[in-house]
Amino acid sequence: MRKRVIFNDKALPYLLLLPQVAITLIFFFWPAAQAVYFSTQIQDAFGLRSQFVWFENFGAILSDPNYLSSIRVTVVFSVSVTVLAIAPALLLSVMADKQIRGATTYKTLLIWPYAVAPAIAAVLWLFIFHPSVGLLGRFLVAIGVPWDYALNDAQALLLVVLASAWKQISYNFLFFLAGLQSIPRSVLEAAAIDGASQTRRFWTIVFPLLSPTTFFLLVVNLVYAFFDTFGTIHALTRGGPGTSTTTLIYRVYVDGRDNLNLGTSSAQSVVLMLFVIALTMIQFRYIERRVHY
Amino acid sequence: MLHERSWHAHLALVLGVAVFAFPIYMALNGSTWDAGTIGGGRMPLYPGAEAAANYGQAWFSGEGARAKGAPVSVMMINSFLMAVIITLGKVAISIISAYAVVFFAFPLRMFFFWMIFITLMLPVEVRIIPTYAVAANLGLIDSFAGLTVPLIASATATLLFRQFFLTIPDELVEASKIDGAGPLRFFWDTVLPLSRTNIAALCVILFIYGWNQYLWPLLITTSPEMETIVIGITKLVSTADAHTDWNLIMATTVLAMLPPVAVVILMQRWFVRGLIESEK
Amino acid sequence: MAEVRLGGVTKQFGAVRVIHGVDCTIADGEFVVILGPSGCGKSTLLRIIAGLEQQTSGQVFIGPRDVTLVEPKDRNIAMVFQNYALYPHLSVFENMAYGLKVRGTPRAEVDTRVRRAARTLELEALLDRRPRQLSGGQRQRVAMGRAIVRDPQVFLFDEPLSNLDAKLRVQMRVEIKRLHQSLRTTSVYVTHDQVEAMTLADRLIVMNAGRVEQIGTPLEVYTTPASTFVGGFIGSPPMNMLSGRLSASGDSVELGDTAVALAGAFPTHAGRPIVLGIRPEHMSIGGRSRLSASVELVEALGADTLVHATTGSAKDIVTLRLPGDARVDRGQRLAIDVAPANLHVFDRDSGQRLGR
Repeated sequence: MRKRVIFNDKALPYLLLLPQVAITLIFFFWPAAQAVYFSTQIQDAFGLRSQFVWFENFGAILSDPNYLSSIRVTVVFSVSVTVLAIAPALLLSVMADKQIRGATTYKTLLIWPYAVAPAIAAVLWLFIFHPSVGLLGRFLVAIGVPWDYALNDAQALLLVVLASAWKQISYNFLFFLAGLQSIPRSVLEAAAIDGASQTRRFWTIVFPLLSPTTFFLLVVNLVYAFFDTFGTIHALTRGGPGTSTTTLIYRVYVDGRDNLNLGTSSAQSVVLMLFVIALTMIQFRYIERRVHY
Repeated sequence: MLHERSWHAHLALVLGVAVFAFPIYMALNGSTWDAGTIGGGRMPLYPGAEAAANYGQAWFSGEGARAKGAPVSVMMINSFLMAVIITLGKVAISIISAYAVVFFAFPLRMFFFWMIFITLMLPVEVRIIPTYAVAANLGLIDSFAGLTVPLIASATATLLFRQFFLTIPDELVEASKIDGAGPLRFFWDTVLPLSRTNIAALCVILFIYGWNQYLWPLLITTSPEMETIVIGITKLVSTADAHTDWNLIMATTVLAMLPPVAVVILMQRWFVRGLIESEK
Repeated sequence: MAEVRLGGVTKQFGAVRVIHGVDCTIADGEFVVILGPSGCGKSTLLRIIAGLEQQTSGQVFIGPRDVTLVEPKDRNIAMVFQNYALYPHLSVFENMAYGLKVRGTPRAEVDTRVRRAARTLELEALLDRRPRQLSGGQRQRVAMGRAIVRDPQVFLFDEPLSNLDAKLRVQMRVEIKRLHQSLRTTSVYVTHDQVEAMTLADRLIVMNAGRVEQIGTPLEVYTTPASTFVGGFIGSPPMNMLSGRLSASGDSVELGDTAVALAGAFPTHAGRPIVLGIRPEHMSIGGRSRLSASVELVEALGADTLVHATTGSAKDIVTLRLPGDARVDRGQRLAIDVAPANLHVFDRDSGQRLGR
């Protein structure tokens, strides 16, 4: 789609584009190109010489048990966060969509966690689940659960998932609510006249009509769990204990910054780029089909 | 209206609100007790008397028995500047680039559009190390420029404005042309005022985005004077145990949440609009 | 004020030619309506005069000045758009003042001119309102106000009334006419509505498929349509078109086995296939005619009665407009009479009028 009416100035459009294009080139394309370049190089210990090694770095990361474990962690983590962030949001939005008293107040009280930084969400949950300081942490220990997320892999992962999902519910809630509000009342009323019960109406009419929103949120939540939860993990567990909460993003950071291995870190970046490109394309396929009703 | 069993709804919603509010209540509570009470696992569920002392200490010195952070006042100013620069910068450069792409015909127009578009697929987390290297080479470490400029280019905002510009009727442009306005005048007199609501909505979202930045500031800032508050807090909790200054951490946490949460609640209408629009 | 002259104007969008060479002159102070069905190129032509669209070839003059390559803002024209195109964020006053302000007119003068225009259009009470607080008719008046404050050489109207309801349209039509009578500014007005065109125009330009079919006063266009297209497009119900053949002598038309005498002879076209055009209001019942038809449907409209009938000779469907008190029943056979002076003869292949 484009405008029929336009201005014909020669230099002005380039001038207007300049700031964004400059930043994009310097901070997006140049680094991305470098990542691709370095992913095919091996540097010596002093970083003085490098050698072209084709896909050796990719081979190295894909045969590295630590990297494979990160993939596993990332999958478990992302799926858990997505499910835990979407299901309650759907429930809450259906409730808030009903014509009940105080609906707008509920809405206000349910959306603000979106504003909490992932790292801060981590600190909040840490303060609750800390085994010797936190309210619930102490409670768990008191009833005999061997609770210590600093030592137990599963518990660490659980805490990171909780903190990450908690913050994302608001976002999903808002989108579900918007989706619900765009369903014409007459459709629901017609179903009610047809004699469908409330539960039946939800699963046979509302939920299918929400499917574009749900799919959209699945993608967005996966992206969130992949990329935006770095702060949560960094603040809560630093990827530990061991590598039990080291996701792919966290590993890129650790390998690049702490272990200073440019080649494998770049190879990891390239893998992630491919992943984002795939997700974006899926999302666009879906946007094309988005006209559902 | 259809018959609804509303007590179900109230129950679920109250539960939801409680789950959301509980961690905040605990943080508020924690910020009103002394470190010893909290560290010893003896903090009650009602507020203590140390609020003034804790907030004062956090705000002015930021140093407790073990904590050696920057004062919250410094970190808040840093976070605020970072968020505001990112917000205004993003809005400014994306609105003019969207204007160029929509209202002008020029060679390479689609090339530039796709170039901006593709950045959607290159989030900072993915290209973090080489981007850091570029910023380091440009001498941007520990500067506000380094903190903000690499985050300012935004395909999302550009796409949002483009989408909106496409809804501006052609006739309005023609009327302007006949009235004697050139492209810059049309932008300033008509497009900008018409974009007000979009700009406001976007500003709310971007302020939160900016304030909550984590990975990039973590890499690009090293000196305490440049520390943002979100980073500052997590440095305080890095060795979380009984001797940690939990009272200071909680006071800092509450202060760190305050600006973005206030923005969301006070500007709820813009926030909801901005969030939903920018994802379309 | 100035005349507007188009010389060989063509327009091509890609490979599609939408205007095939238009030549015409619009006199100083004249109100000219460009009339045609949608997609005939009339709006494009107007936009070429405005400078909003670049012609592929040809020239545009406003007064003595060749404005072919001049920017819209420098053509000294004003335009009223179909959707009004008011600036939604500006008040009525600011909307009307904008063009003057951009041109750096002194504030006091802007104020005087806007208020004068507002008085003319009875907008004085609305000057502080925003467009969205106005009704359709009021918005239309503001759009006209924006045009007249600049006191341009030419007004261009692009279907300005088509977004209004029928009643308001009649009212605004009268206002536009009155405005033109008091300002006498050269005006070019595009519409697809023939009633608007007939009532407003000093002269009509009838367009079809990118070509000018006919230029003339409304009455000329009605009484002597230059082609079957014009005959069918102007007049309601449309002109009846009967296929026939000129007699060997060229002074009568053979419709099947019926012969209809013409007022004049067309010896050059003798024996050729033609189309005979008859306006519904020119048909009457009885008389000497041998054109017979049987009634299919009767619509009594009060003042008139419309009768749809099939002709016995050629099985064409014709519509008659009879007086309101005419008594006609379904199935009845009618003998239709038409004065020879009211018969229009068109060449069947080209659709062009023969004679006159």
